[in-house]
Amino acid sequence: MLHGMDDRPGMTQEAPSVFLRGAAVRFDGRPVFEGLDLDLPAGRWTCLLGESGVGKSSLLRLIAGLCAPQEAEGALSCSDGLALAGRTAYMGQGDLLAPWATVLQNVLLGARLRGGRPAERAGQSRAREVLARVGLGGREGALPAQLSGGMRQRVALARTLFEDRPVVLMDEPFSALDAVTRHRLQGLAVELLHGRTVLMVTHDPLEALRLADRIDVLAGSPPRLRPVMPPAGRAPRPLDDPALVKQVEALLSVLGAPAAAA
Amino acid sequence: MKGARVLVVALGLLLAWEALVRVTAVPPFILPAPLAVTMQIVSQAELLLHHGWITAVEILLGLFFGTLVGMASALLIVASRPARAWLMPLLVISQALPVFALAPLLTLWFGYGLASKVVMASLIIYFPVAAAFADGLRRTEPGLIDLARVMGASPWAILFHLRIPAALPALASGLRVAAATAPIGAVVGEWVGSSRGLGYLMLHANARLQVDLMFAALALLATFSLILYFTLDAILRRLTAWQPESDSDSATGFSLSSQKESL
Repeated sequence: MLHGMDDRPGMTQEAPSVFLRGAAVRFDGRPVFEGLDLDLPAGRWTCLLGESGVGKSSLLRLIAGLCAPQEAEGALSCSDGLALAGRTAYMGQGDLLAPWATVLQNVLLGARLRGGRPAERAGQSRAREVLARVGLGGREGALPAQLSGGMRQRVALARTLFEDRPVVLMDEPFSALDAVTRHRLQGLAVELLHGRTVLMVTHDPLEALRLADRIDVLAGSPPRLRPVMPPAGRAPRPLDDPALVKQVEALLSVLGAPAAAA
Repeated sequence: MKGARVLVVALGLLLAWEALVRVTAVPPFILPAPLAVTMQIVSQAELLLHHGWITAVEILLGLFFGTLVGMASALLIVASRPARAWLMPLLVISQALPVFALAPLLTLWFGYGLASKVVMASLIIYFPVAAAFADGLRRTEPGLIDLARVMGASPWAILFHLRIPAALPALASGLRVAAATAPIGAVVGEWVGSSRGLGYLMLHANARLQVDLMFAALALLATFSLILYFTLDAILRRLTAWQPESDSDSATGFSLSSQKESL
């Protein structure tokens, strides 16, 4: 491993590589995609880039185990030979905070769902720790409605960190934020999720180029996966990196969108 | 501020009523003046409170059981597809059949006493509670449920910790309608067959042309309904304080107007 444990905030398990083979999802008998293979390298940030409706969210849901068995198939395996189930954390579109629960209770949601109130009590101090790490120390008692969109997304990030899973699956988690907040949170996410195996679904080439160690483009009809090399250098990369700017154009054409329209 | 406005409106209406009676000189057995009604309330306080207490107990018990059965039905409807298929028609029928038509039958089955009135009040609130709660349970943010599933939550934990809290505002709307309509069930039951309660008192006062006593009974029923509604409303607001306030406001307005229409 290149980085020491200090470099991987709050991580207690070694992150495995994840392999998906022969992935297919269909809705009402109509295939969304078929025969896709995807590799998520251990401890790396992979971006799945594609237009809206191409099936990238379905692919993520398949890996997360959220698809009904009759509508999805595909073989999932991990480099350490263990099952993937139970080792993933999920961030959806938007913050997905429970509006009736305080910030602290939202971070502890997983503990409460799995072990009830005793588990919730036991996790308190660690939950406060992760909240401090995302810069929300002192706001534990606030309700989500009292926070800005960026702060709510920080709570969601803290909740993901609290879950402490080696694999993190994210479905456009920052798409609802304004540009400045999004930029700040991308940086924070890269820093805090460092060392975990991350899959992030996005439709934004710039976001993918800024954050990813590896980019897979899902495009075409029927949809196919194409790997794209992101620019050199460690993420998050500066947006004025000439190599990055150049690749935005190239990525847009791979995506099938004329560059002029973007 | 709000209380003052209600008081002004109430006083204005009473004054207009008194003026109407004095100007048109209608006989008191057609329309008694508010002063006469007030005097009845004072002089017959013991009788009114005796019957009012019984009606209040019927309404509260009806609310309790109707809410209990309504919530249980909603949970069943959401938990299982077959239960939904069987329960939904029953739910609709419970609301579509007029309580007035069922009242004699229910009196026959459950007797002249408390039980038949409680059943009627329960029946009348069963639908709004069950429908509103089921709706709330079904509309839980799907992303939140996905998140819980990835977190390794059991369906029970999801129901208990996510679906039910998320459905509370919807349930609160149903309960507001219930609080406003439960008195109808109890009074109709008393009207059809009983020897106690405000409905019984009204029926008898009416038959003896004691219209002022009937109005006194109505006033008592209205007062009790208002206290019940606003107490429940305050409790529900506290329980769902996390919800944006504009939503609670519109729910309140809705149930008040629907009460007026059904009366």
